[in-house]
Amino acid sequence: MQDVILEVNDLVTEFDTDEGRVRALDGVSFSINAGETVGIVGESGCGKSVTAQSIMRLLPQPMGQIVGGTIRFRGQDLAALSLEDMRRIRGARIGMVFQEPMTALNPVHTIGRQLSEVILLHKKISKQDALKKAVAILDRVGIPSPDIRMGEYPHQLSGGMRQRVVIAMALACEPDLLIADEPTTALDVTIQAQILELIQELQRDMGMAVMLITHDLGVIAETCQKVVVMYAGRVAERGSVYDIFDCPTHPYTRGLLASIPRLDTPAKSTLTIIPGMVPGLRDLPAGCRFENRCPHAEAMCRTTLPEEERVTDQHGVACLRWQQLPPAQLGGAS
Amino acid sequence: MNPLLEVNDLKMHFPVREGLFLRASKFNRAVDGVSLQVAPGETLGLVGESGCGKSTLGRCITRLYQPTAGEIKFRGQDISRMKNRDLLPLRRDIQMIFQDPLESLNARHTVGEILEEPLIIHKLGNRQERQKRVAELLNLVGLPARSMTRYPFEFSGGQRQRIGIARAIALKPSLIVCDEPVSALDVSIQSQILNLLVELQQELDLAYLFIAHDLAVVKHISDRIAIMYLGRIVESGPGEAVYREPQHPYTQSLISAIPVPDPHQKSQRILLKGDVPSPIDPPSGCRFHTRCPRATAICQEKEPVLTGQPSTAGLIAACHHPGPA
Repeated sequence: MQDVILEVNDLVTEFDTDEGRVRALDGVSFSINAGETVGIVGESGCGKSVTAQSIMRLLPQPMGQIVGGTIRFRGQDLAALSLEDMRRIRGARIGMVFQEPMTALNPVHTIGRQLSEVILLHKKISKQDALKKAVAILDRVGIPSPDIRMGEYPHQLSGGMRQRVVIAMALACEPDLLIADEPTTALDVTIQAQILELIQELQRDMGMAVMLITHDLGVIAETCQKVVVMYAGRVAERGSVYDIFDCPTHPYTRGLLASIPRLDTPAKSTLTIIPGMVPGLRDLPAGCRFENRCPHAEAMCRTTLPEEERVTDQHGVACLRWQQLPPAQLGGAS
Repeated sequence: MNPLLEVNDLKMHFPVREGLFLRASKFNRAVDGVSLQVAPGETLGLVGESGCGKSTLGRCITRLYQPTAGEIKFRGQDISRMKNRDLLPLRRDIQMIFQDPLESLNARHTVGEILEEPLIIHKLGNRQERQKRVAELLNLVGLPARSMTRYPFEFSGGQRQRIGIARAIALKPSLIVCDEPVSALDVSIQSQILNLLVELQQELDLAYLFIAHDLAVVKHISDRIAIMYLGRIVESGPGEAVYREPQHPYTQSLISAIPVPDPHQKSQRILLKGDVPSPIDPPSGCRFHTRCPRATAICQEKEPVLTGQPSTAGLIAACHHPGPA
C-alpha cells in the first residue's frame, strides 16, 4: 500500500461574483502519494489554480468558499481546519511556488530576512541558526555566493534566480508536499530546464511529493508520474503519465495532445484544432461540459453529466461514450 | 528571387541615462549587427530568449524605432532613415501583429471602427466600400459579421487575436511582423490561430517575420529559422536543418531544453550555466562564451562571423567550434 500524502475528494469550490454565485470546482478528486509528482493540466479557467488555492486555503476572501468535499492531508481534513491550524501547516508542511516570483517576494526586505523569517516562524531555533540554515538552502538551490545574496533585494536578481529563492523559501521547512503553480511559465526555456531539474533533484533528495500545475504538456511528460486533466472545473481524465500520453481516452485530452505543434511534424501542416472555446462558468451546460466542442458528442451528452469511470485500475475518465470512441489517433509522436 | 526584405548590419542601441544630469554614458546594445533576408511569401522565424533583441529587431523593421545604424531594404529601397511622412505609403505594405491583442486594440472603439481606421488613414474607398471590406476581413479571419458593432473586451483572447490579424491584413500588406502572436493563448486556441496564419499566407501571398520564444511553434510555421543571442544572430538556415542538425552550441542547448510531450522520450538536456549576460556590457569575443561548454581562448578574443556549414546548404553559424552536439 502506498503512502498517500494528499487525497482530494469531491471538492466543490464556489465564488461570489457580481453576477451571482459560480462553481469554479465541481467535484474534483485525485490523490498524491509520497515522493510522487502529479501534474494538473488544463487551459485557463479550468480550475487548476483554484484547486491549489483550495488546498492551501488561500482562496480570495470573502468571495471564494469551499462548499463541499474533503482535502485529506496525511489524514487530516484541511477543508475543516481552523485558520490558525492551517497557518501552521502552510509553509511548514506544504510549500508553495507561484508563477511570478516577483509577486511572491517582498521587494523591501532582503532575501536573507525573508528566508529566515519562514524558518523562524515554523521552527524553534535561534535567529543565528536560522540565518545559517537560510544560507545553506540558498546554496542547495544553486545560487552562487549565497552569503552575499542574503543581503540583496529581489530586484537585484534575475528571473531564474528569483524563482530559485522562492523555491528555497518553499523548501526551507522541508515540507511533505510542494505545490508549484506554473513555476516556469514566466521563464525562458533554458532557465525552465534548470528549474525543473532542480525541483526533481530536490524531490529525490528530500522525498517530498510535488503537485505541479501547468498548461505545458511537455513539462508534464518530462516531470510527472501521474496526470490530472481538468476541464471547466471538473476532472476530465486522470491516470499515469503513460495512460494519458499513450492511450488518451477523453476526447478533450486527445484534442489537447493533437493540437500542440511538435518539432517533428512537417512545417505548415494543418494542426488539429479543438473548435470553439471553453464555456463560461456562468452558463455551464447541464450535461458534459465538453459537449459543445466534442467531435463525438451525442444527444445524451447534452443532458447527462458524466461521472468518472475506470478504464483501468489507475486510469479514470469522465466521458459517457468512452467505450464507443475510435482508438486515439496520436499526433506526430514517434 | 529578389528578397522582399533585406537587413544589413542593423544596430539599435538605446542610451542608458544615469546620474544627476541623465547623461547617456552607456548603451543597451539590443540589436548589434544583424543581417537577414525575407523572400516574398516566405516565413522567417526569429527565436531567442527574453532580452536577445528579437522584438527590438521587429520594431526596427516596421520602423516603430529609428535604428542606430545599418540598412533595412524593403523592395530594394533603404527605409532605415526615412522620415515619417515618406513612410506612410510604405506602412500599407509592412504590418504588425502584437502579442497582447487587448493592449494593441483601442478599447473605446468598436471592432468595425478598429478595422476601418487603416482604410480611412490610407484614403481607401468610400464609407460603403469600407464597410464591405470590414465585413470581408472579419470573414477572412473567421469572425461573424455582427462582431463589427462590438467592443474588444467582449471577445476571448483567441478572437481578439483574430481581430488583430484582420487589422494587419486590412491594407493587403506583403510583409507582416508577428511578435509573439500566440504566446498568450491556450494550446487549443493557439493551434486555431497558427492554422489561420498559414491559410492567410497561402491565400494572400504574405511574407512573415515570425518572432517567438517557443521553438516548436516557430518550427511549425517557418520556412527558415534564425536564432538570436544577445543582439546577434548565432545560427540560421532552413527550419528542418536548424532543428535536426544545428551546429551552434547555443542552438543545441535551446533545442535540448524544450520539454517533449512524450513520456517515453526523456530528453538529454544540455544545461547551460547561469543567465544571459546584460546587453549593456556584452562579453568580449563570442557573446556566448561565458555559458558555452565548448569555449576556448579564441572565443574570448575574437568575435565569430556567420559562416556556411558543410552539413547543409544554407545553414550558417557564428561559432569558432561549430559541429554536432
